[in-house]
Amino acid sequence: MPDGGDAVLDVRGLKTVFRTRGGEVHAVNSVSFHLRAGELLGVVGESGSGKSVTMMSLIGLLPSPPADVRGGEVWLGGRDILKIGDDELRNLRGARIGFVFQDPMTSLNPVFKVGNQIMEPLTRHMGLSRAQARVRAAELLDLVGISDATKRLSSYPHQFSGGMRQRVMIAIALACDPEVLIADEPTTALDVTIQAQILELIKGLRQKLGMAIIWITHDLGVIAGIADRVMVMYGGQIVEQAPVKELFGNPAHPYTRALLQTIPAISGPREDRLQVIPGQPAIMGAEPTACSFRTRCAHAFDRCHRENPLRRPLDGRPLGTGHDVACHWTPEEAHA
Amino acid sequence: MLDATPPRALVQVRDLKMYFPIYSGILRRHTGDVKAVDGVSFDILQGETLGLVGESGCGKSTVGRALLRLYEVTGGSVIIDGDDVAHLSPEKLRLKRPTMQMVFQDPQASLNPRMTVAQIIGEPLVEHTDWDTDKRLTRIYDLMDKVGLNHRFANRFPHEFSGGQRQRIGIARALALNPKFIVCDEPIAALDVSIQAQVVNLLEDLQSQLGLTYLFISHDLSMVRHIADRVAVMYLGRIAEISPRDALYARPLHPYAEALLSAVPEPDPNVESTRTRIILKGDVPSPANPPKGCNFNTRCPRVFDRCRVEKPDLVQVEPGRHVACHLYPAQNTSAGSTGRTEASEHYQQGAMQ
Repeated sequence: MPDGGDAVLDVRGLKTVFRTRGGEVHAVNSVSFHLRAGELLGVVGESGSGKSVTMMSLIGLLPSPPADVRGGEVWLGGRDILKIGDDELRNLRGARIGFVFQDPMTSLNPVFKVGNQIMEPLTRHMGLSRAQARVRAAELLDLVGISDATKRLSSYPHQFSGGMRQRVMIAIALACDPEVLIADEPTTALDVTIQAQILELIKGLRQKLGMAIIWITHDLGVIAGIADRVMVMYGGQIVEQAPVKELFGNPAHPYTRALLQTIPAISGPREDRLQVIPGQPAIMGAEPTACSFRTRCAHAFDRCHRENPLRRPLDGRPLGTGHDVACHWTPEEAHA
Repeated sequence: MLDATPPRALVQVRDLKMYFPIYSGILRRHTGDVKAVDGVSFDILQGETLGLVGESGCGKSTVGRALLRLYEVTGGSVIIDGDDVAHLSPEKLRLKRPTMQMVFQDPQASLNPRMTVAQIIGEPLVEHTDWDTDKRLTRIYDLMDKVGLNHRFANRFPHEFSGGQRQRIGIARALALNPKFIVCDEPIAALDVSIQAQVVNLLEDLQSQLGLTYLFISHDLSMVRHIADRVAVMYLGRIAEISPRDALYARPLHPYAEALLSAVPEPDPNVESTRTRIILKGDVPSPANPPKGCNFNTRCPRVFDRCRVEKPDLVQVEPGRHVACHLYPAQNTSAGSTGRTEASEHYQQGAMQ
């Protein structure tokens, strides 16, 4: 939908390492990307690919130790937010960056009424009085499609269903009108018919509010329906990045291609046998010195074992705007 | 499947009911029931895979567990290979267990962390055979080969394996006693996308090698389309529709089946941008207090007066297709039955292809 807007969030060379008893785990390895105003950026990857850790590190939500954000810059509103203090960061979270987590039951506090939980960011960040905040909270519940909003403010989280709780989470995240909303697998714990409701809600809210959204998921179907641009992560790195139609229509990285082939289709011709990606997802014990997908890749050659591929543009445009891929191999179709 | 005689129904479920009592008040009086499964009937033919789909809380896992009598059923019968499992005496049930096995959703929780792989896979053999250690070990290695586990792993513990490999251990254990029928309860739900295909292909290979019959319970409608021959769609403890796979996915008849299929996102942005989705309003009602009449009437986009008073029966509306909905009148041939007529029709369909 939006194109060429200014970057509201600019991440450069982010590195996050976990110190565990079994040694270091390099969860995020030099990740760079930006998010434009009003854009919905989809982040796809399997568990352990670093997609959640990337987003958690850039807003300082990871406990340290064991996590250690080793390097990089995160520019938001003209400042590098990795360099600012905890207090300032706390003021930023909720006010300028909203967060929606996967499991709405564990992320809402069960002993407080939902009204209080929606009012908390309003009184803390926006300086509203309790009465003002209550009115605004009811508006927000109404906005996310909860009927009888004023009454529902006095309900506890357990009185809501899973889909309704996720709506409450979205209301909290939107409370202070943030520039950036980070949604980490927000529909994974929900049933498909409820997921469809939430996706509709988000599409509607985007048109109304126009904030930029980062949507983390492992479900390529969800991404295809909602994202403007997609980043594919593997082994703590971005292996491919493209506008959504380009990525699904012309995937370049062997991992993206394999991933798209391994999911059975819900319509169209039915395959007799599923394509398999052999082996297990990579766990990075050290900074990568070779391609992290090489052991599972059908196209790996000697260079892949020696050298970690850097992202290179596929269509001549600068990195991050068109289609770029971190792979030494060139698919034949790309030449055509 | 295409023998001279039509395939027989290995599993016949008739009017299966599974209620969980609710006790409340100071005296813990029995005040109601959660009707997790409320009158479900279907057949599974020898060698076929029946997919059982539905949203969480619809009772699909309860059906799977009740079939293997992991619960004492409230009513109805479950005939597996000639015996009514729901009413067998404990001794007879024990002798019956080797024919029916289960693969569980969470391989982490269903494998004992203090037992080695060999002990886990060998446990059914200890229980049900009088084999000596050597013979057992040969069988354990044989099973590990079948599911693609290296023999070196025999003395390792479950925590040393990845999710996909653990599920292989669970599958090997289910195969140990040469079962005829396996209930696969969300076997791939806990696995990564790139690993799911490995496990599904393994299940398919084993089915063709060993002639297994599967009940494949899942909420992943794309994967069910891949693996199942016929699919049953459940809603709130009842079956909304049972149809052959291709017919269901091409043209779902029951409004719930239609909405469910339309809600599945497709990994294709061009399809997604043009698709009209049926968005169901509200949530699934509580199975402790299901709506009167058709249990889907509170959310159904095509509801009319009759739906609110009269519960629709599961009837055959097209050859091989059974739907519980007032929109579809029953065909005269075999109304109200999911029995032998369907089996022969299914066979005819197969033979035509």
